Amino acid sequence: MTTTSTSSTENLPFPGLRSGVELVPTNDQPQTSKEYTSDQEVRWCPGCGDYAVLKAVQGFLPELGLRRENIVFVSGIGCSSRFPYYLDTYGMHSIHGRAPSIATGIATAREDLSVWVVTGDGDALSIGGNHLIHALRRNVNMTILLFNNRIYGLTKGQYSPTSEAGKITKSTPMGSLDHPFNPVSLALGAEGSFVARTIDSDRKHLTSVLSAAAAHRGTSIVEIYQNCPIFNDGAFDAIKNNDTKADAIIPLVHGEPIRFGVGGGKGLVRDSETGGVKIVEVGAEPGQVGEDQVLVHDAHNPDPTMAFAISRLTDSGYLNQSPIGIFRQVERPTYDDGARAQIASSREAAPGTPSERLANLIGGGDTWTVV
Amino acid sequence: MSKQVKQLDRVIIRFAGDSGDGMQLTGDRFTQESAVFGNDLVTLPNFPAEIRAPQGTLPGVSSFQVHFADHDILTAGDAPDVLVAMNPAALKANLGDLPKGAAIIVDTHDFTGRNLTKAGYDANPLDGLGDAGSPLGEFSVHPVDLTGMTVEAVKEFGLSRKDAARAKNMFALGLLSWMYGRPIESTISFLQKRFAKVADIRDANITAFKAGWNFGETTETFVVQYEIKPAPMSAGTYRNITGNLALSYGLVAAGVQSGLPVFLGSYPITPASDILHELSKHKAFGVTTLQAEDEIAGVGAAIGASFAGSLGVTTTSGPGIALKSEAIGLAVMTELPLLVIDVQRGGPSTGLPTKTEQADLLQAMFGRNGEAPVPIVAPQSPGDCFDAAIEAARIAITYRTPVMLLSDGYLANGSEPWRIPEIDDLPVIDPKFATERNQTVTAKDGSDVEEYWPYLRDEETLARPWAIPGTPGLEHRIGGLEKGDGHGNISYDPANHDLMVRTRQAKVDRIAESLPPLVVDDPSGEAKVLVIGWGSTYGPIGAGCRRVRKAGYQVAQVHLRHLNPFPKDLGEILKRYDKVLCPEMNLGQLSLLLRGKYLVDAIGYNQVNGMPIKAASLAEAIGGLVAEAEGITVDLTSSPIAEEASK
Ligand SMILES: Cc1ncc(C[n+]2csc(CCOP(=O)(O)OP(=O)(O)O)c2C)c(N)n1
Ligand code: SF4
Ligand SMILES: [Mg+2]
Repeated sequence: MTTTSTSSTENLPFPGLRSGVELVPTNDQPQTSKEYTSDQEVRWCPGCGDYAVLKAVQGFLPELGLRRENIVFVSGIGCSSRFPYYLDTYGMHSIHGRAPSIATGIATAREDLSVWVVTGDGDALSIGGNHLIHALRRNVNMTILLFNNRIYGLTKGQYSPTSEAGKITKSTPMGSLDHPFNPVSLALGAEGSFVARTIDSDRKHLTSVLSAAAAHRGTSIVEIYQNCPIFNDGAFDAIKNNDTKADAIIPLVHGEPIRFGVGGGKGLVRDSETGGVKIVEVGAEPGQVGEDQVLVHDAHNPDPTMAFAISRLTDSGYLNQSPIGIFRQVERPTYDDGARAQIASSREAAPGTPSERLANLIGGGDTWTVV
Repeated sequence: MSKQVKQLDRVIIRFAGDSGDGMQLTGDRFTQESAVFGNDLVTLPNFPAEIRAPQGTLPGVSSFQVHFADHDILTAGDAPDVLVAMNPAALKANLGDLPKGAAIIVDTHDFTGRNLTKAGYDANPLDGLGDAGSPLGEFSVHPVDLTGMTVEAVKEFGLSRKDAARAKNMFALGLLSWMYGRPIESTISFLQKRFAKVADIRDANITAFKAGWNFGETTETFVVQYEIKPAPMSAGTYRNITGNLALSYGLVAAGVQSGLPVFLGSYPITPASDILHELSKHKAFGVTTLQAEDEIAGVGAAIGASFAGSLGVTTTSGPGIALKSEAIGLAVMTELPLLVIDVQRGGPSTGLPTKTEQADLLQAMFGRNGEAPVPIVAPQSPGDCFDAAIEAARIAITYRTPVMLLSDGYLANGSEPWRIPEIDDLPVIDPKFATERNQTVTAKDGSDVEEYWPYLRDEETLARPWAIPGTPGLEHRIGGLEKGDGHGNISYDPANHDLMVRTRQAKVDRIAESLPPLVVDDPSGEAKVLVIGWGSTYGPIGAGCRRVRKAGYQVAQVHLRHLNPFPKDLGEILKRYDKVLCPEMNLGQLSLLLRGKYLVDAIGYNQVNGMPIKAASLAEAIGGLVAEAEGITVDLTSSPIAEEASK
């Protein structure tokens, strides 16, 4: 086996935390995105947001500096879940909703692998909701990319658990009656230790969030707003359109005041009435709030209350406004490290070869000998 | 006072009481003592699904039957010779199973108005014992105030009356241990360990146990002591073992013998949970246990671990298999080793959680979408669960396939003496991980390049190579979509799908090449009737056949460990007999498979009452078939039969 290095820890956006890839063998040779591209023809619809994410990931993986054979992508079922076929790493395209459980097995069995899950809004939040929340709760060392196009793409356009209420689709001709999930709120409620949101079309932001997610030890979940031009086109137009995005995107940067709008005219402050946060005009004019009042984003706050409050600013209907960035990144023991530590300490305490120990085990208890 | 000692060749004792009375522990200790003494034995625990069913009621009765003998026996026995009843409900619930003349030792303490009513007695059945009209007139009844004597014996420890009375099961155990000349040291040291942290409870239990023994020894209530000599057994070191423990050890052994870390993903369910509990203790063997959020996650994690190079295992019962079906199909498609252990219980749905049944065979065989063949292995006795687990692992690893292991509630909780195998005698399983690229292809520029093809097959086994993450150059993707032959990329080609469906089936069929010939037990070689079974019915079928033979008739027996694929010689064996009888604890699942595959008129003998088949009634059915096949009259009672007489 190759040696491991902590170089990726040093490059962390938040130095000092344990790295998600610190036990994964590194590669000292420069790598290219081409090496990470498989020979399979990519078969998403033209204009699908999945392409942009694939390109970003193929471009970003070489930067991780890991050995390609130590990277595993696991997906469920959906358009987005075809992802692993297009990456020349180890991969498994599994069954609908179950990728987090399969990844839990992989990550727990092997400390030397960088484990990724690719899932859709239906895959992760409908059929696989149970596995998702339990992966987050256990904090298994893996990175979950949740492609949220707010629709079921592969099955041709039914509403999903993130679709806005009232959505007219093939299965809801009079409008859907379900209230949607907010994936970030859900992940925070499920004890997520790294929770972020980014956008398919913003490669720079996407890449920076992915780097931080990969470097996080524990379960990282990244909700990626992804456009499905065929069945839900324009779902994210407000946050992508140059004319509207300044007011629509609430950027979250650790350590920085949360300000947005043209010229940073808007900001977040605490709302003493609701206990949550609210959007205000920032400035010295009457009716405006002073700069010093604006919340400074603290992704490392052990208490998730503020992160949750911020996540509630996401529109549940048509998306005109949404916080984007890393909501929360805290260190918490991971399930897989704990499981391996229990095994390691038990092993140390048990002398003898496995065969000798097996003989002792099965030969234990009340025995008698017949001659 | 000198007591009379009487020799017996075998005894069946049933301990019965309220589910809070500690009957399982009592039975278990008596079993351990008998095992150490050297008797052959078989046990049958029987308990309600509720942890504490209403006290003193019929549904709350828990019992433990142990059959021990000076010769080789196969079942826990049809009917108890001795019933120990700790309360009115226990008496009432078990009376119907007792043959005439059976002994009943009954704790009189709870035979009070309220408890009698709770058990549904209008009058105290213990009143007027010995009178002509006594409801217990057919039995030899020993009314004893076990509780009262226990409380008296342990009074020095200053326990509350309730705590003191709780040691009554140990008093009963002491008494029975005296009656049957059991060695008592193992129980004393067991109690010392079990209650090491609570000195007064520990001492009270030990004192009650000894007091029970002394009561038998010194009073005149019991005048006869019985002796059941040790049974001749082949040389070796033995221990008593339950099926779930043997199965767990088998999984640990499979890990050692294959060099693979074992990864168990499981969700608790009766009667399989004890395997999860046991394996969670063996981390020193590199065994990882994940208590998952549901059965699907359990099998999912196991599949992930297998992909990563572990021996993935998932344990459950029938309802859990139903949930795991889709994931098992994924393991069929991805051709990864996976052990799926189904400790069957009464179904359908939640069914009878604590009772036994064999009704998941067809679910194991066919319970998936598409053509998804899965090899099936079934142990035949508690101790055999050890070997069956290793055999299932051999098939899973060698053939890169999920394997179903069908145990059941009777095997899981029942126990028998088990000869501890030598590690050197266990099979070695070679995972043969792929380390090299395996296919030369011509690149666009005409040059040769080496590639890794995950679906190229071994000629002998048809198994695909298993390349685990971390192996450079063998990066590949697998998944549930149909794979192209050889290269393994997604393929929607009709001819390829037809080929792959047939190839996956052929691979499973190929396993038959690695199976030993079946052993047909046909002592005279002249039987016209063959009895065929699988799984835990081995004991009752063997005992039934012995009865028939003992009465002077011919019958052959064969038992299947492999249900998919069937052994190669099965068809030929079935054809040798005029009549084939197939006893099962279901409505005819193996017989359906045999009929379908071999066009043989397999006749069902089916019982689905949650209990093991009784040898006596099965023997009658076999006798009836022998009569038909040979054109003779068969009367099993005409000659002296000793049940379970040795072959
Ligand atoms: C057990 C099962 N149920 C249903 C399906 C059908 N199905 C496939 S993908 C999908 C929804 C996918 O939606 P999403 O996760 O949002 O992925 P997208 O296609 O939008 O990327 C459904 C219902 C399936 N493959 N398996
Ligand atoms: S249906 Fe939508 S999500 Fe699926 S590939 Fe086409 S554009 Fe992408
Ligand atoms: Mg979707």
